[in-house]
Amino acid sequence: MPANVETVVLGVRGPRVLAALEVGAVLAAAGAAYQGLFRNPLVSPDILGVSSGAALGTVLGIWLSLGVVAIQALAFAVGLLAVVVVYLIGAALRRHDPILVLVLAGVVIGTLLGSCVSLIKYLADPYNQLPAITFWLLGSLASVTAGDVRAIVPAVLLGLLPLYLLRWRMNVMTLGEEEARALGVDTRRVRAAVVAGATLMTAAVVSISGVIGWIGLLIPHVARILVGPDFGRLLPASILLGAGYLLAVDTLARTAARIEIPLGVLTALLGAPFFVWVLARSRRGWT
Amino acid sequence: MSRLEVGGLSFGYHGRAVGHDVSFALEAGEVMCLLGPNGGGKTTLFRTILGLLPALGGTVAIDGESLHGWSRARLARVLGYVPQAQLGLFPFTVREVVLMGRTAHIGPFATPSRRDVALAEATLGALGVAHLAARAYTEVSGGERQMTLVARALAQEPRVLVMDEPTASLDFGNQVRVLSRVRDLARRGIAVILSTHDPDQAFLCADRVALLHDGRLARLGPTAEVVTPAALRETYGVDVDIVTLTRDGREVRVCLPSLERGPR
Repeated sequence: MPANVETVVLGVRGPRVLAALEVGAVLAAAGAAYQGLFRNPLVSPDILGVSSGAALGTVLGIWLSLGVVAIQALAFAVGLLAVVVVYLIGAALRRHDPILVLVLAGVVIGTLLGSCVSLIKYLADPYNQLPAITFWLLGSLASVTAGDVRAIVPAVLLGLLPLYLLRWRMNVMTLGEEEARALGVDTRRVRAAVVAGATLMTAAVVSISGVIGWIGLLIPHVARILVGPDFGRLLPASILLGAGYLLAVDTLARTAARIEIPLGVLTALLGAPFFVWVLARSRRGWT
Repeated sequence: MSRLEVGGLSFGYHGRAVGHDVSFALEAGEVMCLLGPNGGGKTTLFRTILGLLPALGGTVAIDGESLHGWSRARLARVLGYVPQAQLGLFPFTVREVVLMGRTAHIGPFATPSRRDVALAEATLGALGVAHLAARAYTEVSGGERQMTLVARALAQEPRVLVMDEPTASLDFGNQVRVLSRVRDLARRGIAVILSTHDPDQAFLCADRVALLHDGRLARLGPTAEVVTPAALRETYGVDVDIVTLTRDGREVRVCLPSLERGPR
C-alpha cells in the first residue's frame, strides 16, 4: 500500500470510522438499558444527565491535565453521580407522573452540570486548555485517534457485560419494581449492575467524542419497532443500528457540505422530527 | 401443618402500622376471600405476605417454614402474585409476559429454555387463552390482560397464589371468567387468597372469608357464617339482605343491598 493511502486509511479515516461505530453502538445500547430499567421511553444517556456528568468529569480532567485513564475514571464518577441524583429525585417525587419527573430531573441536573462546565471553561488556561475543551465539547469525531478508540475498549466491554448477562432480568424490570420483585428479581442488584455498566461505557465514549445527543433516545425506539421489546434481541439490534447510524451521520457530516457540519447539529436535525413522530404514535403503548 | 400460615402479623409503611395482629391459616386447595372497605389494608397485607414490605411483627410461613430471610427468587418459587392489571409499557407478547413468571426458576444470567416456553404455552392453554400467545400484551382487552397475569403467576408453579382484586376493572363477563378459573386453581392443590370488593364473589368462589376492617381481622370463617347482614353492616355501613336461592339442587346465596333513601 502506498504510504499516503496507508496514512489516509489507517491513520485518518480508519480511527474515525471505528470511533463512529463504537460511540454509536454504546450510546444506543445505554439508551436501551436506561429506558427499560427506568421504565421510561423518554430517557437516554443525555437526558438522564449521564452525558453531561461525563462531560463535566472530562473537562475537569483536561483542566487538571490528567492522563487518559484518570479522565475516563473522572467522567465515569461524575456521570454515575448525575444519574444517581436524577434517579433519587425521581424516586422522591413519586406522586407526580414518574416519566415526566425523571425527564425533568435529568434536564435540571444536566443544566446544573452544564454551568459547572462553563465555570471550568472560564477558569481554564485560554491558550492551551480552553480550545481543547471547547472543541471537544462540540461533539465531534474529527480529532479521535486510534489510541482513543483502543483506550476505551475495556470500559465499553466491561459496561456491556452486565447488560448482556442480565438480558432476561431486564425484561422483568420493565414491569416495575414491585412486580419484578414478586417474580423473583433482586431489583436493587440488577439496577445497580445495569446502571453502573451503562454509565461506565457512556462515560468512556463521551470522554473521546464529547456529548452526542439523540442516538441513545431514538435508536432503541427504532430497534423495538424492528425486533420487539425483548432485551435479548433489543440490545444487539440497538448496538448494530446505533453503530450504523452514527457512521452514516458522521460520513454525511464530513461530506455533505464544503465545510464539516458539527455532528451534534446533524443528529439533532435528524432526531427532532423523528422524535415527534415517535411521540405521536406512542398513544397505544411505547414501541 | 397448613400450606400458608400467617401468625400475629402487623403490617404498614415506614414503621407506621396500618394493620395489627392478623392471624389465619390456609390449606392446600382452599380459597380464601379477603373482604373489607377501601383503605382497610388489604393490599398492604398482601404486600407483607409476599415479602414486598417488611412485616412490623409476626410471621408468615409456608408448609411450616418461616419465610423470613428468604431470597426474592426463593419466595417467587412458592408465592405467586396476581397484581391488578395495569397497562404494559412496552409491547411484549402475551407469551413473553407469561414467560416472565419463570424468572425465579432460571439462573440470574439465563434466558428461558424451550421447556419454559412449552410450560408457558401449556399454562395459557389450560386457562383457555392459548390463542393470545403471540398478541401484544399492550393491545389485548382488560380481561385478557388479567388472564395473562394469572397465567404468569401459574408459570411460577407456586404453592400459594395471592390475587389482589383480580376482578377490579373487568366487565361482568370477564369477572365471571376469572372467578371460574380461581376454583380450577384450587382444584390443582394451590392455596388461593384473593381480595375483592364484592361479597357475592365470596359466595361464588371462596371456602372461607376474612373480613379486614380498620386493620384487624374482624371475622374469619366459612363464607356462609362470615358474610352476614350484620357483618356487612358493620364493615361497609350499608343494609344488605342475604337471599338463598336454589340452583341445580344446591343452595347459593346472594347479597341484596337496600338502597339508602336520600334526603328529601
